[in-house]
Amino acid sequence: MSVSLPPLPGESAPAPALREVKLYDFLLRDKHGKDYRDIAVYRGAGGYEAVKKALAVGPDVVVAEMKKASVRGRGGAGFPAGVKWGFLPKDTTKPKYLVVNADEGEPGTFKDNYFLSNDPHRLIEGCIICMLSLSVGTCYIYIRGEFFNQIATVDKAIQQAYKAGFLGENAAGSGRRLDMYVHTGAGAYICGEETALLESLEGKPGQPRLKPPFPAVVGAFGCPTVINNVETLATVPLIVEKGADWFLSLGIERDGGSRLVGLSGHVKRPGLYEVGVGVTLREMIYGPGGGILDNRKLKAVIPGGSSCPVLTADEIDIPMTVDAMMKAGTMLGTCGIIVIAEGTCLVQSLARISHFYAHESCGQCTPCREGTGWMARVLDDLEHGRGQMRDIDMLVDVADQIGGNTICALGDAAALPVQSFVKKFRAEFEAHVKHGGCPLAGHPLPRWTKG
Amino acid sequence: MATGLESQGAVAFGSAAAAEIGRIRQRYPTALAALIPTLFVAQREFGWLSDDVLELVARTLGVPATKVRSTATFYTMLKKEPVGRFHVQICKNISCYLRNSDEVTRAWEDELGIACGESTDDGHFTLSEVECLAACGRAPVVQVNEDYHEWQTAGTTHDLASKLKAEANSKGGRS
Repeated sequence: MSVSLPPLPGESAPAPALREVKLYDFLLRDKHGKDYRDIAVYRGAGGYEAVKKALAVGPDVVVAEMKKASVRGRGGAGFPAGVKWGFLPKDTTKPKYLVVNADEGEPGTFKDNYFLSNDPHRLIEGCIICMLSLSVGTCYIYIRGEFFNQIATVDKAIQQAYKAGFLGENAAGSGRRLDMYVHTGAGAYICGEETALLESLEGKPGQPRLKPPFPAVVGAFGCPTVINNVETLATVPLIVEKGADWFLSLGIERDGGSRLVGLSGHVKRPGLYEVGVGVTLREMIYGPGGGILDNRKLKAVIPGGSSCPVLTADEIDIPMTVDAMMKAGTMLGTCGIIVIAEGTCLVQSLARISHFYAHESCGQCTPCREGTGWMARVLDDLEHGRGQMRDIDMLVDVADQIGGNTICALGDAAALPVQSFVKKFRAEFEAHVKHGGCPLAGHPLPRWTKG
Repeated sequence: MATGLESQGAVAFGSAAAAEIGRIRQRYPTALAALIPTLFVAQREFGWLSDDVLELVARTLGVPATKVRSTATFYTMLKKEPVGRFHVQICKNISCYLRNSDEVTRAWEDELGIACGESTDDGHFTLSEVECLAACGRAPVVQVNEDYHEWQTAGTTHDLASKLKAEANSKGGRS
């Protein structure tokens, strides 16, 4: 038996004419038909020339270009990478570290995987330029443990770079020694948080540190450390080679370049696309994405990984920039767009997200450790007919008490989806209570509801 | 969940593993930093991390056993109980869910006759549901040991399960 849900805000929104989305292949080179994992192929396409150029122009020019290029960090927070580089103290007697965050794991996000699997030298070259520019001697690439094959690929590429003289003694003729190692994670989403990642690198449980001090001052092993996302570093050779002005021209003011956008869920052509910063969500979904699967209606969009507040179907004419998304009350995050079609149960969808954060909470802060579990259990209750109307308010109340009350952003990441789903789709939550469970016809009940 | 009290008896690293751990140690300024990579070596050598193995790792690196235990119990990929020869891990998160990962989960449960979180009696298979594997553009995704299998359906599950069963029977399970 099923009951019909009340109409949702987006259902009758007319679709405006779409601009064509220009797809680039500066970063995403999978259509080239070349095996860039091989250093000879990579160098044949101009690879490692940017390292030579960086040495020729000097570190100050490289850092200035990075700042000018307005690369917003590609890991989700969107902090300008050039500014972050500038935080590293110049006059220190301690060793300095570069740590690459390749702990990709925010649901909906699968872009760094591309570089690790197919173009590892792009990342390595970006790291070398960063190390030469900031006087860093050692780099650790922290790759999530599940990526066995990617770890082997990156490791092999590092060995090739040593052999070719870009790493090791007198790296790239710089007169300095550079070392680079892969460090593997062991299955903990929280280690994508930069200070948890440092704890994990040091061999400890991945529990985030209080900031300040920031990693630029006290990072890995108590020393000054730069932590950048894989994609952020992979853009560095392009900026050095072609210049900040060229890079800026691909994006918009204060948010430069092209970046990888992931489409998953109910689109006809899920996958990874490289586009200029500023393309709208609608353009991505109905352009490269090919529209909604089975020509169903669009119901909801999570714009940048599971932690970003959900948008209704009539809220998707927003340019994909850090600032525009923030203005619209959500986040650009990692540009991993999750598309949800009509006919999908949003209570169950949110339950998947909430169970994720409950599982991945490190347990350090009480609001997050306890609250994430509560939210997941309340959502299970609503989905399976054990919910009451007051549970909906309790859900939001728990979320409100987590947000802003934890050491790291995982608490907010867990609270934001709950707050936004209930706010924008409250009628569907109420329908679950009235109906005594999920009212969507044909919706399969999963077996894994033990919690 | 395992209590971690099961014993594997006396354990020692072979010379190749010991040499590998020595190389790992050189990458880091502290011995503790070598812990997670060393635990992976130990897991490969002994199949899973019993208390005896954790003690061995602590002795080998010269770090306190409490720290080894603290780290080993935090991370899901560090196995505190025996795992089947083929560890089938099905992503259940949002992008895979939207692409019918529940159907894939049910198909695996039916193929193996066990529920998620269980192992087959012959020790050939362990079935788990896991969180995001970062391959959402090709959902649903299943990881078997080191390899990803993308665009999974009930049909592909049958083919993959048959292949793995044949492989397990030809080589025998973990004793």
